[in-house]
Amino acid sequence: MSQFRIQSHPILPIPQREAISFTWQGKTLQGYADETIAAALFANGIRVFGYHPKDGSPQGIFCANGQCAQCTVIADGLAVKACMTLLRPGMNVQPLSGLPSLPEAPPARQFHPTRIVSTEVLIIGGGPAGLSAAIELGQRGIRTLIVDDKHRLGGKLVLQTHRFFGSINACYAGTRGIDIATRLENEVAQYPTVTSWLNTTAVAVFSDKRVGVVRSLIDEQGNSEYVLIEPQVLLVATGAREKSLTFKGNTLPGVYGAGAFQTLVNRDLVRAAERLFIVGGGNVGLIAGYHALQAGIQVVGLVEALPECGGYKVHKDKLVRMGVPIYTSHTVVSANGKESVESVTIARVDENWQAIRGTERTFECDTLLIAVGLDPVDEFYRKAKEFGMVAYAAGDADEVAEASAAMFSGKIRGLEIARFLGKNGFEIPTEWLRTAEILKSRPGEVTHETIPEEEAVFPVLHCSQEIPCNPCTSVCSQGAIYIDPEDIRKVPDYIAKKLGVTCIACEKCVTICPGLAITLVDLRKEAEFAHVTIPYEFEKESLKAGDWVTVTDTAGNLLGEVEVIRTRIAKATDRTLLVKVRAPRELATKIAGIRVQENWVAQPTEQWVERLEDDTIVCRCERVTLAEIKEVIRSGVRDMNEIKALTRAGMGACGGKTCSSLIKRAFRELGVPPAEVTENTLRPLFIEVPLGVFAGVKEE
Amino acid sequence: MSLSAYDVIIIGAGSVGTPLAWQLAEAGLKTLVIDRFASVGQGSNKAAIGGIRATHSDIAKIRICLKSIEIFSTWKETYGDDIGWLQGGYAFVAYRPQEEKTLKDLLVLQKQFGLEIDWYDREDYLKLIPSLNPEGLIGGTFSPGDGSASPMLSALAFERRARKLGAEFRYGEVVTAIRQEQGRVRGVITDHGEYAAPIVVNAAGGWAKEVAAMVGIDVPVQPDSHEGGITEPVAPFLRPMVVDIRPIEPTPQMAGSANYYFYQHHTGQIIFCITPNPPILGTDVRETSVFLPQVAQRMIDLMPRLRNLRVRRTWRGLYPMTPDGSPIVGEVEEVQGYINAVGMCGQGFMLGPGLAVYLRKLITGDRDEETQEVLDKLSLYREFAKAEKLK
Ligand SMILES: Cc1cc2nc3c(=O)[nH]c(=O)nc-3n(C[C@H](O)[C@H](O)[C@H](O)COP(=O)(O)OP(=O)(O)OC[C@H]3O[C@@H](n4cnc5c(N)ncnc54)[C@H](O)[C@@H]3O)c2cc1C
Ligand code: SF4
Ligand code: SF4
Ligand code: FES
Repeated sequence: MSQFRIQSHPILPIPQREAISFTWQGKTLQGYADETIAAALFANGIRVFGYHPKDGSPQGIFCANGQCAQCTVIADGLAVKACMTLLRPGMNVQPLSGLPSLPEAPPARQFHPTRIVSTEVLIIGGGPAGLSAAIELGQRGIRTLIVDDKHRLGGKLVLQTHRFFGSINACYAGTRGIDIATRLENEVAQYPTVTSWLNTTAVAVFSDKRVGVVRSLIDEQGNSEYVLIEPQVLLVATGAREKSLTFKGNTLPGVYGAGAFQTLVNRDLVRAAERLFIVGGGNVGLIAGYHALQAGIQVVGLVEALPECGGYKVHKDKLVRMGVPIYTSHTVVSANGKESVESVTIARVDENWQAIRGTERTFECDTLLIAVGLDPVDEFYRKAKEFGMVAYAAGDADEVAEASAAMFSGKIRGLEIARFLGKNGFEIPTEWLRTAEILKSRPGEVTHETIPEEEAVFPVLHCSQEIPCNPCTSVCSQGAIYIDPEDIRKVPDYIAKKLGVTCIACEKCVTICPGLAITLVDLRKEAEFAHVTIPYEFEKESLKAGDWVTVTDTAGNLLGEVEVIRTRIAKATDRTLLVKVRAPRELATKIAGIRVQENWVAQPTEQWVERLEDDTIVCRCERVTLAEIKEVIRSGVRDMNEIKALTRAGMGACGGKTCSSLIKRAFRELGVPPAEVTENTLRPLFIEVPLGVFAGVKEE
Repeated sequence: MSLSAYDVIIIGAGSVGTPLAWQLAEAGLKTLVIDRFASVGQGSNKAAIGGIRATHSDIAKIRICLKSIEIFSTWKETYGDDIGWLQGGYAFVAYRPQEEKTLKDLLVLQKQFGLEIDWYDREDYLKLIPSLNPEGLIGGTFSPGDGSASPMLSALAFERRARKLGAEFRYGEVVTAIRQEQGRVRGVITDHGEYAAPIVVNAAGGWAKEVAAMVGIDVPVQPDSHEGGITEPVAPFLRPMVVDIRPIEPTPQMAGSANYYFYQHHTGQIIFCITPNPPILGTDVRETSVFLPQVAQRMIDLMPRLRNLRVRRTWRGLYPMTPDGSPIVGEVEEVQGYINAVGMCGQGFMLGPGLAVYLRKLITGDRDEETQEVLDKLSLYREFAKAEKLK
């Protein structure tokens, strides 16, 4: 199984774990006891988990988050979601094909009445927003319960190996996401009035102002408990879900979201792909590409329909420098393959976002990541409001932005709730509100890179776009890097001359920049050559003095081969390797990064192929095609409830979480104004739960 | 404001109004259906779990439902659309002597009406429904002719057929008044316009009382709410609709419930619902936290293997109840041209198509003896004295 395991990683520790055996289709395989069935299957190179009962189409991982049911397998006779169920020694795992049969069970000995728990504040979601709110509430002695469906707190932060942007004073900018998660987790643990329930999924909000949650794995037998929580205030900090996209072959195993990918790679330490292609040039897609490279996965390319990537330029530059081509004004035409993804076909788009015939290109890949934006997970909030509960939303559940913004919005909501509960003696600092706004801002204009005039030693700031970020300014003991403290979106400037100071070549700015956008040029050492320090987040063993590396400029243009004269990694550099190279002087300020991926990786195939079958699926749970949906809309249907009844789109396991936005998009494409469309009635449950859990039946 | 002329206007495109539109259109009547929701069957119709049986204890309901079963069971071969009809039968289980007696007493009556229903003792009953909890099981009745269908697919099919025959449907429109002149109905006024017709049918389900009040009639229809749910699909293992009529008295800790019932839908999903005790009156259809634990315990107690089945969705809908559990159908003395088709209680979906056949006869003036007999039983002016045994 080692082939698909990540054996070493520049950022993440690889724990020693004891292997256990399980069977897949009768064949004995190895996995780990604390991982999910999905991770174990992926680690054994198995991507097809079953076949859809409706049309026999192959099924695999999609959300890796327990929200859909695409990864269903039969484990010891029971249909389970492979992404949420832990592997057990000797487990007999079978692919699902057709409808699962319901196993017999002995009569229940006892039903435990549903527990009802009251609290002042219930927070759904222990990500940056929820935890930041909990800290404010905990500081004020407010009884707070956090529920989170994962096995540890931190939400999406725990999947983020990169350093964060944002403000260094306000939200740990410059620190890696995983480490921010630990800090927040530890801080929350200090407050006696804050309790966290992990492995606990909120499943519904009811009109009697109770929130139903399922606590899993409460004992050795793996039992779950259904609990009703009666909060005075509900804070929904459930984050966002990834949007989906329609194209031919869009449900082939191997097509899935960037979140699922990060879960498999950075949490489960599985090399989920060998060759990856990415759709979407926002931060999520760009970062996923970077994480893939760090995990030793080839990144074949990235398409973005707009003329420019929507994510931060520094993120984009990182990928481009490492050798990942970015195709802007391009879209995905089809994912091709029989049982799973074998290749992807892309094409240039015209001004109406339609693929231009003749511009198609096909790339071999086994995985296609969809990273085309996020929607707030707001169903709990909407229901709570409908039922007249005192409810707030924070973070992405409120407004999709960066984790730094989520922390701020959590802090603010925390204070608002404290005030609502009658705590006094504090104001919500006005600068918080301002910072929250700034952190939410989209990337602004691209102005200038800062290339200081020749001095003896100086940093080059390859950071030219207005983004909310400032860690570089805070580490320089000389105060030589400046961003207007009133507005950290401004581009950094190097102001040593103005201040009359000189750079002491401490390399701190090179280390901390989350964009890996700062290099240090040292002209003091040799007459013809410059020494340039480049940040590098790959394994330290991968480069050593004496090696030759290919360096590139910001745009990824090759500048040539240069020699490594020193590498440095230390506690203070926190897993970032500082690579010093000797380069011709005229190249010194242009060098922005080191190429890591060879050219051949990104080559298209000789001929383009396209999926013949038009299986563009809108509702993947019920396998309803875009053609069917459009036909219904063309026939005059405007009520999404009716579409559901007619086609079953939205009736599936995910409850329309995946297809609703695609149906709305189909309306838009056909020119139906949103005002004419009636939305689906929102009904609980928001996640499927066994009857036995509601009944309080326990395994002896 | 538009003023168009129709032969009949039906208020409500639900379980009753929709098949009626089809029947009337087939009779050549220019028919308009008006509904407040955005599309067909979005009121209680959508909340119904889809059970269809003729095995009642009231002759009118038996007659109507026999006609309904004929329509449901032949729909696909006649008109082509799949409405999910499954002839799985109904099974009323008995775990206590009380229920055994109730069911057996009723059986005598039902047999007199010529219904196909029998009592099965424990062993034979377990052969029929092997998943039942055998502990304490006495036996139960089984009526193989009954079945189920999808309320939404049915409503869509009736609507499609009605439109094909010329009926019109207006959605997102609320009837605010019924126009009358000299004791005669003239049409309706809505929040969008005005439509003329000499006959107006009140098929407004949970809103029946308000609509009847528009012509000054008081109908004793009081909605109460029931919650239902649906699970993930699994391979077929359960044939009949299983009904358990044992009541559970409320305690201070736990809400009580009367009967509950569930079956395996044509999709493989189990659909279930329960009758709260005491009833929850009113038109509130917002889901409560009481339902799931309550119904889950009872279902698993009855059928242990259900414990691993995952619930997908739940909802709450209305039973438009009458004092005796039978609908109120037909003309009224005070206003000519106004017709009630209301108070369907927990059975509007199964009654709908059959009722439409009788109402068509009433409206087209083709009233035969059987129609008269059914209408007399369901008259607004009957004695609402005793409740039916199996609502
Ligand atoms: C949980 C549950 C389970 C059930 N299971 C079954 C079952 O298994 N079998 C069965 O036969 N029955 C079942 N029922 C009962 C069944 O749903 C109802 O009896 C039936 O739907 C009532 O039909 P209706 O046409 O009277 O009302 P509806 O189907 O509610 O139709 C009435 C329509 O009138 C419209 N309307 C009302 N007022 C106005 C106005 N002023 N202007 C415009 N439009 C208006 C409403 O919008 C609505 O669409 C169940 C009910 C529930 C709640
Ligand atoms: S290398 Fe050190 S002294 Fe020089 S600019 Fe960077 S942080 Fe400041
Ligand atoms: S140079 Fe400064 S502002 Fe730009 S990304 Fe790096 S740390 Fe942020
Ligand atoms: S995609 Fe899950 S219900 Fe449509």
